[in-house]
Amino acid sequence: MAEFVRKTWAITKREFAAYFSTPLATVFLIIFVALTGAFAFYVGGFFERGQADLAPFFQYHPWLYLLLVPAVAMRLWAEERKSGTIELLMTLPISPWEAILGKFIAAWAFIGVALLATLPMWITVNVLGDPDNGVIFASYVGSFLMAGAFLAIGSCISALTKNQVIAFIIAATICFLLVMSGLELVLGSLRTWAPEFLISAISSLSFLSHFDRITKGVIQLSSIIFYLSLIAFALFANRVIVEMKKAD
Amino acid sequence: MPSPKPGLPVGGAGVTIQPLDTAEHFLIKPAKQRVGGRWPAWMTAYTHSSQTVRLSAELGPSYRNVGLRSAAFWGEKLMPVLIEARDLRKRFGAINAVDGISLEVAKGEVLGFLGPNGAGKSTTMKMLTGFLEPDSGSAWIGGIAVADQPIAAKTKLGYMPEGAPAYGDMTTRRFLQFIAEIRGFDGAEADRRVDGAVERAALEAVLEQKIDTLSKGYKRRVGMAQAILHDPEVLIMDEPTDGLDPNQKHHVRKLITEMAKDKAIIVSTHILEEVEAVCSRAVIINKGRIVADGTAESLMRRLSYHGTIAMHVPSSRAEAVKKALLEFAAIASVETVGANNGKVRLQAAPRDGAPAASQLASLIRTRLIEVEEVVVQRGSLDEVFREVTTSDDGAHHG
Repeated sequence: MAEFVRKTWAITKREFAAYFSTPLATVFLIIFVALTGAFAFYVGGFFERGQADLAPFFQYHPWLYLLLVPAVAMRLWAEERKSGTIELLMTLPISPWEAILGKFIAAWAFIGVALLATLPMWITVNVLGDPDNGVIFASYVGSFLMAGAFLAIGSCISALTKNQVIAFIIAATICFLLVMSGLELVLGSLRTWAPEFLISAISSLSFLSHFDRITKGVIQLSSIIFYLSLIAFALFANRVIVEMKKAD
Repeated sequence: MPSPKPGLPVGGAGVTIQPLDTAEHFLIKPAKQRVGGRWPAWMTAYTHSSQTVRLSAELGPSYRNVGLRSAAFWGEKLMPVLIEARDLRKRFGAINAVDGISLEVAKGEVLGFLGPNGAGKSTTMKMLTGFLEPDSGSAWIGGIAVADQPIAAKTKLGYMPEGAPAYGDMTTRRFLQFIAEIRGFDGAEADRRVDGAVERAALEAVLEQKIDTLSKGYKRRVGMAQAILHDPEVLIMDEPTDGLDPNQKHHVRKLITEMAKDKAIIVSTHILEEVEAVCSRAVIINKGRIVADGTAESLMRRLSYHGTIAMHVPSSRAEAVKKALLEFAAIASVETVGANNGKVRLQAAPRDGAPAASQLASLIRTRLIEVEEVVVQRGSLDEVFREVTTSDDGAHHG
């Protein structure tokens, strides 16, 4: 166990540093903070609503993650495969799980840094009014969990290809479908022909409905389990794909 | 006779086992030097040529008590086999990339792994190192089955994949520190390991440079440093000198030779001079199968003209010289193998084992035969390589 933690941590440190070794990290952080802010102020009507909460801020997170998280995830495995370092990595005395978890945790931590960079929003709303900080905290947790789910899918897709652009596009598309699956737009088109259980199954997969509940301050165990099990499933698929495709 | 190490079966039909100076070294003496008869079940004999007899002793389950699966003669001593492959096979779609490769490399050996591009060298190495799973067959590193205990096997292994891939976004120092950390070294020990690898691979000048910015030669050396950092028992390198300039090649070869004593090393290459320079043994593969296995010398002995004596004589004298040579007892046959500029090239094959060259020289002197040049032909590995990898016949050897 100690060995597992030590090796996973070594991978995590390397991957985390890799984000900051290129301008990617800076660009990503600036864009993330700028866009979350812009959406909250201009689209969400942060001031116009006259309410001391961060609902307009969190509301757009799923849509931002749709594009930004696949951008963080795309290099995780595609780059290893393209440069051939996957052969080095997989012949070091580590298990595939240590590599997969190490990379995932590094990318998740990076998104965590991006979320931390938005803390001034939280401070602002506390200066301006008297928000329910419990709800805001829950929303941050929910947002982080949701990002983790997007990320696990992105990591899994990244292992499918050597091309980071393809990894990005496929991951963004899958994430888009998962976000959309809770909207009436999608469900309505199913309702005419699909059985009820299928519709409720599809809508329960929706990132939006789980996230909505959390941002309203309702942290349901089911939502947490939903995101965590999605992460587990995607990482499991990730492992299978890495094994299958590593030598191609 | 001193008693053998506990756990080793003693004797067997016509065999004595005698421990030597260190715990790892044993001398196995078969009663008869002849190979080909049946050995006891736990002992297999391999022969690579009439002169080189290598014995690989598979000593049965009890041998695992000493942590070895098998051992082979290397030089005078029985050395543990540290790399072993048994009937490795791998298909990619319709292509039989590796079609039943078995080999073993003992401690102290440097095996040159040769073959045309696409022969299956890299695929074999990837299976030995546990990167690829074979369709069938097994590999052992330091006596550990790669498929059963991949992590334990990889701990004993240093591997430089083809092209020496490394994380380009890291500096040389950071990269080696990362490898040290993964391999379980920390603190002062990690620093010591990194410094040692840097010194051996001569990387001091580029320690703080990003690997992406390094020249090909330095990148290759970073790949080597990474592979030798933990001083592994087994070192496998895929084309370590590919694309290096002559000085860099020399340095890499020197490094391999220095490390050879206490490791089992496989080096793939298509530079045949390299085999003679650093390898104690060569295996040539073609179309996924082993077509030749032996020392450079024993491989060259396969050439039809190996050991023959070639000489240039004026065409007018050719027939007379031929006749004179044939009267000489040590010469089995004389052939004309070419003619140009009024000179004829004769090739004389000595009888088996006859020290023909020196006797021939005195013959030439006493009979005043007009000869311009006399050469004992050894042949070259290049020619062996071409012969075994182009003829269909070659595929049935090995």
